[in-house]
Amino acid sequence: MQREVNGSRVNDFAFKLANVNGTGSASANGLLMQAIFRMGIPVSGKNLFPSNIQGLPTWYEIRVNRDGHTARTSEYDLMVAMNAETYARDVREVRSGGWLLYDSTWPLNPALARPDVTFLGVPYAQLCNEIFADARERTLMKNIAYAGTLAALLDIDMDVVQGMLKEKFARKPALMDSNRKAIELGFAYAKEHFECPLPVRLQKMNANDRSILIDGNTATALGCLYAGATVAAWYPITPSTSVLDSFTSLCAKYRTDQETGKRRYCILQAEDELAAIGMVIGAAWNGARAFTSTAGPGISLMNELVGLAYYAEIPVVIVDVQRVGPSTGMPTRTQQGDILSCAYASHGDTKHILLFPANPAECFTFATKAFDLAERFQTPVFLVTDLDIGMNDWVVPRLEWDDAYRPDRGRVLSREELESMPKFTRYSPEDELGVAARTLPGVHAKGAFFTRGSGHNKLGGYTEIPDEYQEVMDRLARKHRAARALVPPAVVERRSGATIGVVTVGGCDLAVREALEELERRGTRADYLRVRGFPFGDDVEDFLATHETVYVVEQNRDAQLRSLLALETSAPKEKLRSVRAYGGFPLQAAQVVQGIERASATAYPATKEDRS
Amino acid sequence: MSYIKKPAARHPSLQPNKLGLTVRDYEGSMSTLCAGCGHDSVTAAIVKAFYELDTPPHMVAKLSGIGCSSKTPTYFLSGAHGFNSAHGRMPAIATGAAAANRELTCIGVSGDGDSLSIGLGQMCHAIRRNVNMLYVIENNGVYGLTKGQFSASADIGSKSKRGEPNTQAPIDPVMLGLSLGATFVARSFSGDKADLVPILKAGIRHRGFALVDVISPCVTFNDHEGSTKSYLYTRQHQVQVVEADFVPPASEITASVAAGGATQVTMHDGSILSLRKVASDYDPTDRQAVWSYLYERQRSGEVPVGLLFVDERGVEMHAASKTVDVPLSKLPFEELCPGRAALDALQDTYR
Ligand SMILES: Cc1ncc(C[n+]2csc(CCOP(=O)(O)OP(=O)(O)O)c2C)c(N)n1
Ligand code: SF4
Ligand SMILES: [Mg+2]
Repeated sequence: MQREVNGSRVNDFAFKLANVNGTGSASANGLLMQAIFRMGIPVSGKNLFPSNIQGLPTWYEIRVNRDGHTARTSEYDLMVAMNAETYARDVREVRSGGWLLYDSTWPLNPALARPDVTFLGVPYAQLCNEIFADARERTLMKNIAYAGTLAALLDIDMDVVQGMLKEKFARKPALMDSNRKAIELGFAYAKEHFECPLPVRLQKMNANDRSILIDGNTATALGCLYAGATVAAWYPITPSTSVLDSFTSLCAKYRTDQETGKRRYCILQAEDELAAIGMVIGAAWNGARAFTSTAGPGISLMNELVGLAYYAEIPVVIVDVQRVGPSTGMPTRTQQGDILSCAYASHGDTKHILLFPANPAECFTFATKAFDLAERFQTPVFLVTDLDIGMNDWVVPRLEWDDAYRPDRGRVLSREELESMPKFTRYSPEDELGVAARTLPGVHAKGAFFTRGSGHNKLGGYTEIPDEYQEVMDRLARKHRAARALVPPAVVERRSGATIGVVTVGGCDLAVREALEELERRGTRADYLRVRGFPFGDDVEDFLATHETVYVVEQNRDAQLRSLLALETSAPKEKLRSVRAYGGFPLQAAQVVQGIERASATAYPATKEDRS
Repeated sequence: MSYIKKPAARHPSLQPNKLGLTVRDYEGSMSTLCAGCGHDSVTAAIVKAFYELDTPPHMVAKLSGIGCSSKTPTYFLSGAHGFNSAHGRMPAIATGAAAANRELTCIGVSGDGDSLSIGLGQMCHAIRRNVNMLYVIENNGVYGLTKGQFSASADIGSKSKRGEPNTQAPIDPVMLGLSLGATFVARSFSGDKADLVPILKAGIRHRGFALVDVISPCVTFNDHEGSTKSYLYTRQHQVQVVEADFVPPASEITASVAAGGATQVTMHDGSILSLRKVASDYDPTDRQAVWSYLYERQRSGEVPVGLLFVDERGVEMHAASKTVDVPLSKLPFEELCPGRAALDALQDTYR
């Protein structure tokens, strides 16, 4: 955040690319991101896209930071303004002293000029029209051409770029040829007309030797694959669709019988989310590891049957890739607005296990963990991610897998065990976690019982008797409490001399860490805790107890994490101060710093806002 | 509710079947439905069908939604795993269950409210998916459990207990099923076990979705004069269109079955379904003809019953999904997890 504005800045800057949706800019932007990654530099790319297939404005932001601060920032050193429609706004957003690259085929509107910004014009349309004949190709290659210009301006290693083109178009020589031409065209023009590189530029590092570039939804799908999930049911919805897209292609690759072509999986595209969760419940009841993936609107629809799975104790995994609500909200924007609706999904007394990954690496491990927890506790488990984690490419350490891993199927009685028992009863006796053994259909006649969402006693029989009903409900509460020791522990970083605590969740991670460094420079030292699971463990209790003031940073209007902490820990509500950003773009460190400073300057509860 | 104990009298079918089980072994706990409720007769027919098919009870998954009808799985096959789920959601749960373990025989029991109102969408999609299951609608034209409101199958003009006529057009599961491509469609009457049992047996053996609409009068809320789902009305207006005879694979096909004007359908397990056409111009394998025929007959106030349509060539869900023959729930983990080396290789492409 604190950076030299003038002078040379190597591996510490951000740029933004303004495009029109559906013009192939995604491949140019992806190419840039990947090239920087391959140069070994910490980098992030945020796709700020509209809910539209073609024609609306779309932006892509790239931030490089040698210290690994790759949360989103809106301090753009360079703007690539390729969309005339958003031009005015894009010009306005460049920081003072920055650069703007534009298509100079058409003259600039003088009203938009800024004396504090250097304008770099390249006549892309004109150049592409000279080289390419086809109209569609001209549009696409204009975008590839600006990637070439940026390679020159930012000092991107051309060998890396050429290598990537070779891999990408190995089987499409014609495409390779046009892409190479376009890149070289943009590159040569810059070299000839501008002073290259700019003061903001790249230099090879080796920070990414053990890293990969992956989006959270792919990582989640991989986790489900590795966990041994065989049934997936879903209904398409942004931003979770690519979980099932990835799962489908991964299964096709790894789960198709070489000889027969038959599949060791079944993916059901349901008619809606009511059905999707129903299918998952049916499959899990019948012994398969099963999951669904959705977003907020789907969670709303699934509420009814989530309660059934909770009460009948059926292990299901629900992936919620959060987007902006309420209602349809902003489908292509990110938020953490489903924390409470997942924690207490369904009517009556229900409480669920939630896992909150902060990045794709955690999506992978937590997805696998979700199945183990669901089966251990015989209950729904929510993997709560968001659009930023799910759909953007992140640089994360290579995923690890231990071949010794075996799924924890929890307490499931085998044929032999059933054979040797006098009588099976479904909801007792319980173990130390409050879990009773279950049986699977088709294993043994003695294991047969009637699963129901209606009132039942500890034997599994129908009941309307208060004590019998309560006995089961109380055990369910004990079971949920027991899960606190088995969900992933919070990430805690204590600094000596810290005066405040900062608690956050999920994808806020990088922005909050960066903010804490900035706060330290400004004289406030803070301890850090990132919640990774619900129910909250002793680590969370402890952290809250040992800090007089705790700032809870999250991305929703109503301070949902703070509410959950106030409800589910013994911390007095007064000490939990709320810092929120919920407009739909990934969190920035500057917002966190500002939020904490503002909150600390006002006494509790100074404003109605703050009381939320 | 009737708490009358089942009579202990000996019954001829207390003879053991091939598994050494008697019909008693296919019963469930005592019914708590109203005395005379049509649903209890359907339960009895289901018991008989499974008994006669020599099905091991624990290899059956019985599922239902919510309603008086949906309570009935407790009253049959106590040795089978049951799932009394949520109102209108049984089709999806059964779909998932069938996906996970294709070795189990799935039976779903539902009501006209459960299937034609709240669960209409799920039922339609289970038909389209051709889930391998027997799906029984115990159709009484009302919501029994919530005390007699009209359901979506009530006929226009049909009177409620208070005398108000229904004005909305009914949803007919048979016509709906035919139009959605159902591969097995039947209608029967709870009071007619002779017709119902072979239909249920054939439905159990059918590979794919077997839709059986059973008119099953609600004696408490919809068995009065003016109701088109009453015992009296159904007895007077039902017309047997086809008579089904189900012959298991090993049995000899007797001459009587093969006789006169019967359409024979060989089922996937080799059993023979013999459909004797009562109406001479009826072809139970021609979807379009069946639809037109039923449409005409129903317009004239008749209630055509029998195994109305069957197509054994349909592609059921597992075939369409190309799943392996082993139930997914039984696949060893080693065959599911690609392992570390594969993950490493895959990650080399994420760079
Ligand atoms: C979501 C939901 N809404 C409403 C109900 C109340 N309800 C229970 S059974 C039923 C109707 C049952 O009608 P039907 O399926 O025809 O069964 P019948 O009792 O007639 O056999 C209704 C509306 C419910 N259980 N769940
Ligand atoms: S109310 Fe009607 S449907 Fe329900 S048990 Fe009584 S007779 Fe049967
Ligand atoms: Mg009914």
